[in-house]
Amino acid sequence: METVGSQIIEVLSSMISSGVPVSDGTRIARDLGLDSVAIMDFVMELEERFDILIPLDQIADVETIHDLTKAIEAIMKDAA
Amino acid sequence: MSIFDKFADIRNTLAELSANGQNPLEVRFDEINSPVEGMVGGKRVLLFGTSNYLGLTFDADCIEAGVHMLRESGTGTTGSRIANGTYTGHASLESQLANFYGKRTAMVFSTGYQANLGLISALAGREDHLFIDADSHASIYDACRLSSAEVIRFRHNDADDLARRIARLKDKPGCRIIVTEGIYSMLGDTAPLREIAAVKRESGSYLIVDEAHSMGVLGARGRGQCEAAGVEADVDFVVGTFSKSLGAMGGFAVSDLEGFDLLRVAARPYMFTASLPPSIVATVSAALHRIQKDPSLGARVRANGLRLYRGLQKAGFLLGPQPNPVVAVKMPDRECAVTFWKYLLAEGVYLNLALPPATPGSLALLRSSVNAQHTDEQIDCAIAAITRVGVRLGLIKPAAPDPRVNHPEKLALPAE
Repeated sequence: METVGSQIIEVLSSMISSGVPVSDGTRIARDLGLDSVAIMDFVMELEERFDILIPLDQIADVETIHDLTKAIEAIMKDAA
Repeated sequence: MSIFDKFADIRNTLAELSANGQNPLEVRFDEINSPVEGMVGGKRVLLFGTSNYLGLTFDADCIEAGVHMLRESGTGTTGSRIANGTYTGHASLESQLANFYGKRTAMVFSTGYQANLGLISALAGREDHLFIDADSHASIYDACRLSSAEVIRFRHNDADDLARRIARLKDKPGCRIIVTEGIYSMLGDTAPLREIAAVKRESGSYLIVDEAHSMGVLGARGRGQCEAAGVEADVDFVVGTFSKSLGAMGGFAVSDLEGFDLLRVAARPYMFTASLPPSIVATVSAALHRIQKDPSLGARVRANGLRLYRGLQKAGFLLGPQPNPVVAVKMPDRECAVTFWKYLLAEGVYLNLALPPATPGSLALLRSSVNAQHTDEQIDCAIAAITRVGVRLGLIKPAAPDPRVNHPEKLALPAE
């Protein structure tokens, strides 16, 4: 079964063309060079993938894929 | 280590923009001579990037009203309306705005930015949910940050996506507040307000529409996209600015809802800033009278937008999706956009360079806006200049040669 983290990496990899390998510790803005709008667009794709809502304030503190995974897991648990 | 280290990317971008001449973000006008002409570096330029849609910045009645009030009431109010009181002009402008929109109440803010900041941040409380269009203006994003509500973006101009996202909330408590704009400032496209209003009704949400770029431009009476789409009764709050079609400075919100006046002591960007100077209020009031008296202004700016859009489309440029007074030319990349902008200024045409992340979809744009005072000749001149630069940079192909134009001597040949 795909984990939340692996699905996030899959969505992200489809959105970037930099060829930078993406892993749990990847810093989304700093390592991938995504600007604020690109990050919000990425989060929008994740909302579709997981059928959830990710409020903007909840991604403010997210730096790495790991942080994002934890945030999404918490939202999914809350919605269940 | 400097406190400015965090701006390293911005510093690099500015250095790139400043290379090879004028930095597009730091244009200095020697003079602004009219709504359509100015001077940059001692050279006359046509203004095609001012959002001065009705060209009222030099309207004689507006200027006279402002000068008169400047002498009558002084240069400023030196404080907020909570502390320093409301002047007659503030109250009468609010009545005039409410009357213009056919709404019960209007509130005047000191800028359009603060109107969004104040209205949205005060309305959206802790348990509420804001649903904002992904391409919203920065003032809407900043308002969301100042509010205590949860903020969700929906796909640009996609009412079905909005409905899906609202449905995901299920039975969570709190109000749902949808925020959209009449005309989007970067690509010049309008919101599908009929569809969005239907989602609003079905979901029991509130609807805020920012008409900053559509007031005076769209609708038979100039009330904006809400009027043009026939959804004014569904819109709970209209927000707007005095700094575009009304040619001055300031912002406003209007509403029919009982309780709207409470925001005067709840919206911090209304309470904790100086109110508009009486002279500005007087010019705005005169400009609003002009719009009400002369609906041909709106018709003219729409026709001018269409002329510019069709001309650039015919030349082969990639444009925003709809002909409106904002006409955006899509550039292949940032470097090309910057070069294009500089060449165009040298050709005597000023417009706006718009770069990500201020633009949707990471697009680099040359954003132009027409106004009601542009003549057909000036618009054609801009089209010709943009086309020349586009050909020079290889973005479009030269038009097929017109034998009469390129070989005028043929005109003189006797008929065979």
